[in-house]
Amino acid sequence: MRIWDPDRECMGRDQLTALQFEQLRTTLERAYRNVPCYQKKFLDAGVSAKDLRQLSDLARFPFTTKEDLRLNYPYGMFAVPLREVVRIHSSSGTTGKPTVVGYTRNDLNNWTELVARMMTAAGVTADDIVHIAFGYGLFTGAFGLHYGAERIGASVIPISSGNTEKQIMIMQDYQSSALVCTPSYALTIADHLDRMGLGADSLKLRVGLFGAEPWSEEMRREIEARLGILATDNFGLSEVMGPGVAGECEYKCGMHIFEDHFIPEIIDPATCEVLPPGSVGELVLTTLTKEAFPMIRYRTRDITRLHYDTCRCGRTMARMEKTRGRSDDMLIVKGVNVFPTQIEEVLFQVEGCEPHYQLVLDREGHMDTLEVQVEVNETIFFDEMKKQREFVGMVEKRLAATLGLRAKVKLVEPASIPRHEGKAKRVIDRRKP
Amino acid sequence: MKVEQISIFIENKSGRLAEVTRVLGEAGVNIRALSLADTSDFGILRLIVDKTDTAKDVLKSKGFTVNKTEVVAVEVPDRPLGLNSILQVLDEARINVEYMYAFVERCGENAVIIFRFDDTEGAIRVLTEKGVKVLVGERVYCM
Repeated sequence: MRIWDPDRECMGRDQLTALQFEQLRTTLERAYRNVPCYQKKFLDAGVSAKDLRQLSDLARFPFTTKEDLRLNYPYGMFAVPLREVVRIHSSSGTTGKPTVVGYTRNDLNNWTELVARMMTAAGVTADDIVHIAFGYGLFTGAFGLHYGAERIGASVIPISSGNTEKQIMIMQDYQSSALVCTPSYALTIADHLDRMGLGADSLKLRVGLFGAEPWSEEMRREIEARLGILATDNFGLSEVMGPGVAGECEYKCGMHIFEDHFIPEIIDPATCEVLPPGSVGELVLTTLTKEAFPMIRYRTRDITRLHYDTCRCGRTMARMEKTRGRSDDMLIVKGVNVFPTQIEEVLFQVEGCEPHYQLVLDREGHMDTLEVQVEVNETIFFDEMKKQREFVGMVEKRLAATLGLRAKVKLVEPASIPRHEGKAKRVIDRRKP
Repeated sequence: MKVEQISIFIENKSGRLAEVTRVLGEAGVNIRALSLADTSDFGILRLIVDKTDTAKDVLKSKGFTVNKTEVVAVEVPDRPLGLNSILQVLDEARINVEYMYAFVERCGENAVIIFRFDDTEGAIRVLTEKGVKVLVGERVYCM
């Protein structure tokens, strides 16, 4: 069992707390000095970096939300001049404007180190051939894992996503041993193997690092059985850094959060109070080392629980359980963040398309499907099939442009979508968690 | 010279077509002709009935989405090339057929075809000029 940076990853709690305190104070000062949004937030809340006398004082500082990032699009949250920024990534931009994040050279170095830690924890070594089947682009996933794998000294195949048959050919010919992708794509690969009449033994895969979407233990067992690998989970979000915020070791008992770079808190999403260790609640993250894009108490909206006991692997850092849901209404479909309100906005722009609609999420094979059911009425009902099809196609096209994801539009009869008192139940999720 | 047709949106699930015919039957509406265009998700049911407005009202009151459209009923000689002779006329006049369906007459020597054109007025003019028998609504509703 290798540990990439044992001095850090296995440090005692007291030593870690002292390190966190010092870095947190610096981060708060820098954020206040360089980012007008933080300055205003701190002034409004009547706090300054000097009020941080112990780590728990962090709870006195205001939260940062995705809305803050949107209001400060594109560069308003940057704490360094652009000339010091050497990389720009962004979220998928599913809630209107994308979230732009920047990295200084130091930030990239830290990010790479953390991904190297995470990949080492999963068992990747310099002898591995790492097959990265995440899409390369603005999304942080592929690049994060790419640089981390190179840092370890592994051989990287930056294959990107899509064309599964070719991926399988390359895995066979190049002898890929570590697979990086979404868990649902791992199962798609397994399906293709079946269809091609091939067994897992036709590949040399031995470990998989999966992230970017929630997945269950059942799904893990299926991936492990069908691909003959150890399947590990990891966690990250572009607003905080990207992949490498937390990752599982081979004991698979929660994802180690790299606490020397991030302070995790668990809050009650309704009252925003910090909850005691071991509680289930919303994860809030504060960055400790990021220069270009510091995040103070970022509300991830992910619901989870933290464990602070030392892991059998020897790492002392807190472990987070798989996320169990969201404190907002965000859906993750094929790894893409989707808010029902975005779909509503698209529908409202099409005359006749409101107000009764429903989203049905399901799984076909192992891929998520999203169906948008719209109640038909005289405005959007055409006597000619050609016109009716064109209408459905037009709405589908608009949805795809906004969501960055294909959704099927299905017209249903009036009053067939159940009415609810108060808040409408817009989403039916038939996917197994 | 035009015939009123109603079209009904039907979701592709069992019992919906039966529901339409039941509602119409109970309202004393008689169906003269029908066509059903369908996809895997939904269908468009087109009907010519003896009491168009009654049919529309009762279906709407039962929650169906109903539209009224104007179509053309043409008498076609019941022999080889009978339909073709009419389509030739339309083609020469560059009138496009959106859809069509046959109407079964109980007796007589001609068949009746219901057409939906992109240019209804133009189609009626051309067909009449060429001596094709275009039926008026009243005649069709009580055939």
